[in-house]
Parts: sequence; C-alpha cells; structure tokens
Amino acid sequence: MAATQSVRRVVILSGKGGTGKTTVTSCFADLTQPAVLVDADVDAANLHLMLTPEIISQREFWGAKVAVRDPAKCNGSGECERRCRFDAITEERVYDSRCEGCGLCVLTCPSGALTLETVLSGHVVEARTPYGPLASGRLVPAGESSGKLVTEVRNVADAVAEAEGLSLQLIDGPPGIGCTAIAALAGVDLALLVTEPSASGLHDLKRVRQLLGHFQIPASLIVNRCDINPETTESLRRWGDEERVPLLAALPFDEAVPRAVRAGVPLTRFAPSSPVSAGLRQAWDAVAAWLWSA
Amino acid sequence: MSNRYPLTIGVAAGKGGTGKTLIATSLALAIAESDGTPVRLLDCDVEEPNSWLLLSPDEHERRTVDVALPRVDMDLCTLCGRCAEVCEVSAIARIRDKIVIFPDLCFACGSCVFACPVNALSEVPKTVGEVRTGLTPEGVEVREGRLAVGQMRAGPVTREVRTAVEPPLVTVIDSPPGTACPMQQAVEGTDFCILVTEPTPFGRSDLRAAVETCQALGVPCGVVVNRLDPGEPVPDDLSPEGVPVLLEIPHDRGIAEAYSRGEALYRAFPAWREPLTHLYHEVRRLAGTRSE
Repeated sequence: MAATQSVRRVVILSGKGGTGKTTVTSCFADLTQPAVLVDADVDAANLHLMLTPEIISQREFWGAKVAVRDPAKCNGSGECERRCRFDAITEERVYDSRCEGCGLCVLTCPSGALTLETVLSGHVVEARTPYGPLASGRLVPAGESSGKLVTEVRNVADAVAEAEGLSLQLIDGPPGIGCTAIAALAGVDLALLVTEPSASGLHDLKRVRQLLGHFQIPASLIVNRCDINPETTESLRRWGDEERVPLLAALPFDEAVPRAVRAGVPLTRFAPSSPVSAGLRQAWDAVAAWLWSA
Repeated sequence: MSNRYPLTIGVAAGKGGTGKTLIATSLALAIAESDGTPVRLLDCDVEEPNSWLLLSPDEHERRTVDVALPRVDMDLCTLCGRCAEVCEVSAIARIRDKIVIFPDLCFACGSCVFACPVNALSEVPKTVGEVRTGLTPEGVEVREGRLAVGQMRAGPVTREVRTAVEPPLVTVIDSPPGTACPMQQAVEGTDFCILVTEPTPFGRSDLRAAVETCQALGVPCGVVVNRLDPGEPVPDDLSPEGVPVLLEIPHDRGIAEAYSRGEALYRAFPAWREPLTHLYHEVRRLAGTRSE
C-alpha cells in the first residue's frame, strides 16, 4: 500500500492521569515537526503551555442539549421527575450536569412546559506553533458534551492536515477510558501508552489496553519515572511482551522535566542531552519506523 | 463544635495524577479512626477506579449496573417511524421495512419506548458496569463503581455509586480527573470539595478550571498542594481568592514509592495521621461556616 499520501495518527493515552502524556506529546512534536498537534484533553487542556502557540481562530462549539423549563407553564405534575432516568430534573430545577438532552421529559410533560435547548459546550481553538499547527478544545466551566467537543477538535485537525498537506497527527489524549478517550482514539493508527510503575498505573493501563483491543488499535508503551519502583517497571515490561505492547523506553525521574515544563519548552529542546530526552528520541524513532513501514 | 451532622466531601483536581486518590483514601481512614464514626468512601472515578487498590477492603457485595435498551417487536410495529423521530442521538432508525437499533449510540433514555403508539418497543437490560462494596479494618466502607470497558458513558455507574442506601455520617467522594460531566456528577451536591493540585503550570491551569467548575456547581472548595519542593512556599496563584490552602505535602520519594506499591499514606506513614485528621476538621469547619 502506498504509504506516502495517507495521514498517520498517533494518540497518546495512559488511563491514569498525570503520568506524562503532555510532556511526551510535546517532545514528539519537537522531534517530528511539522505535524498537526491535537489537544484532545478538552477539560484539562495543557499541551498549549508547552508549544508557545499563536492563536489564529477561536470559535464557539454548541454541542449539548439540555431541558429548559418555562415556570409559567409548569403545572407541577411531577411527570418529568418520575420519568427521567438520569435524576436530572426535579420540580425545582434541572441538573445540567446530569441531563443527557434526551427529551423524554419534553415528550411527557402534560403542560408543554419543557423544551430542549442547545447550550455552549466550549471553544475550538486553532493556533500556530513552531512545531506545527495546533488544534485544541476548551470546555466552558461546568460544560457538557466533552466527547462531542473532542470529535469537533479532531475534525478541525483533519481539515488543517489536509489544507497544509501534513501527513502526521499527534493527539494528546485525556485520562480515563470513557467518552473523551474513545473520541480521542477513533481512527488512529497507533496508541502510545504512557504510564508509571505504580499499582494504579498498571491497573489503569490494563483497562486502556482492553479498550484499544475493542477498536483493534495497536499500542506501544513508555514507562515514566521507572526508578520509583523498578520491580513494577519490570512487571510492565513483561506485561507489554505478553500483550504485544512493546516497551519503547523506560525513563528515569529527571529534574530537567519539571524545569522544562516550567519553561514551557519541550524537554528534547530544553535539555537535549538529558537521559529522558535520549529515551524519547529512541521511542520516537521506533514509532516513526513503525508508522511508515506499514 | 459538633461533629455529629452528616457531611459529604468531594476530592477532585482537574489535572490527573495530582493525588486525589492518595488524599481521598487517607482522609477516609483518618475520619474513621479519629471520629470512630461510620465513613463511606465512594470511588466515582469509574473509568479508572483505584481506591479499592489502596484500601484493599473485604468485599461483601457486588452488583452489576444495567441500563434498559429498546427492543422492537416487528409483529406489532407499524413502521410509523415515531421512535426514530424522538431519538435525539439517532440510535434507532427506520430503514425500509425494518427498525434498526444501534446499541452503542443508545442512551437508554426510554423516549422511543414512551413514544411508540402501538407498544411495539420493550426493553432489555444491558450491563454497563458494576458496583462493589467492602469494609476496611479501620471501618471505612468502600463503594467502588467500575465502568465496563468499551462503554462510553460513565453516568449510570456514577449515579449508582452515589445512590447509597442509608447515608452514613461522613461520605468522601473520589472524583475522576478533569472537569467534564463525570467530575461534575461526582462533585455536585457535596458540602465541600478538596481540590488536589501541584505547583506546576499544568496543575495551576487545571486548578483554575476546577475552581470555576466548583463555583458553577455552588460547591465551596479548598486546596491541597502536593509535591511542593522542600522549603518552597505555596505559590499565590494556587490559592485564588476565597479558596484556602488546607494542607501541603512535600515532594517526597518515600511517599511516591509507597503509593507505587499501592499503600495508603495514612497507613504507611504514622506521621501523616495528625495532618490528615486536621484536614478533616478544617473541612468540617469550613463546610459548617457555610451552612450557618
């Protein structure tokens, strides 16, 4: 199959939060520029903090629907509260965080007091960075529909990739395995899993691996802060062998990492000779070789 | 001041990996031992629950969480298409002479079943996760929600975890990271929310989003600052106006190593018991001030 024209997509995931996804993504952005960079962690977006972006455009994303009550028409029948399966509505109020916008209450209200209204979920931001264009999303405080916002950011990234003729996308994913993670991994060629050698890191990693299995997405592994628990690092390596998730790099704890984050510069540029930079270069070379050999 | 009124404390962060579970589990242990009162820890990080791992309670109950998916009886169906009309997520469609249901898209809201004029739709259960309950030797009841892998929507499982049969005196809720619906569903309705952060640009940025979310939900909050360098003061921007710093935890290899082995801070380091108990009393005081 001709490999030159088609777009390759790599998502960086972890299950557990705070294992170093964004640090790894920013370094890969540095090592492979230019690629389209995508921040799919829309409710805790941080990739821009590492990439000195210059914002080109920012637009609203109206994604979620919620039920809205007209108190003048409400006759207090309580039908909405009885019917709603999400505990999202009482006679007093609608709980937006639980409302799924399904409209059952609207259908069942005997006095026509309820309607569905679309609400502002967040913003989609396009920016330029020295490493390539950046597409990111930002949920508004207490915003809804984060999965749809991730999909919208991904659509923007696809459009940018096509317009600029870029054949690689790097997607900084969210923690977890729910709707935002699933939206972040849809249609990718490879998932790079970043974890740490802890009981919870391993537990969470296994669930992400299972999720990737559902979607038949191949994965490889980076273990961060591997010296915190060498035994667990070894278990992660063995687990990776068994699960066909090859360990690309085991990175030691390195004081240069927090300093690079504070400076807002990818570590591979901030401290190119640090051991973690060396490990990440090696990991990226392996990823690149894999991506363009398929 | 009396400790004898019910209190629900959320533990959230915005950013992942800052120490939510570290704090939630050890806070629950501190409350159980200092008050001798019933404490329940609800792990609402149903995508990646870790509290059970740190507390290893004795399991005494496990139940599945089911939602109800529609099923069509084509003998009754008149192909009117009303079901497809009312479905907000296009999970049910009329395609030529058939009704097709897409289970992965379905919210299990029941709108189509309600709308069907000839009662051709019924419902079948589908398991989307489970909730297990156990007890630690210190007397902490742990309720963990666990989303089935491949399920998108955490809501039904979170809801089941938070629906406790009889309220204990104190409830601690371990929230998922982020500030989206799963976090909001964990934090909404709590009396106070502890936000665990770290003094990094990421921690700071995500803390701001978490504070704004708490304010939008009407939940007062305070901050636990984790991984401070020795002698480093808490940066001003980690305690925005009206958001007090409740506890500082230094960057400490010993704590990180114990956590990596799955050991709770309260159990592994007796020196941390008093500060954690103090954290509980601070939260009680601040939550109490609010209700007066």
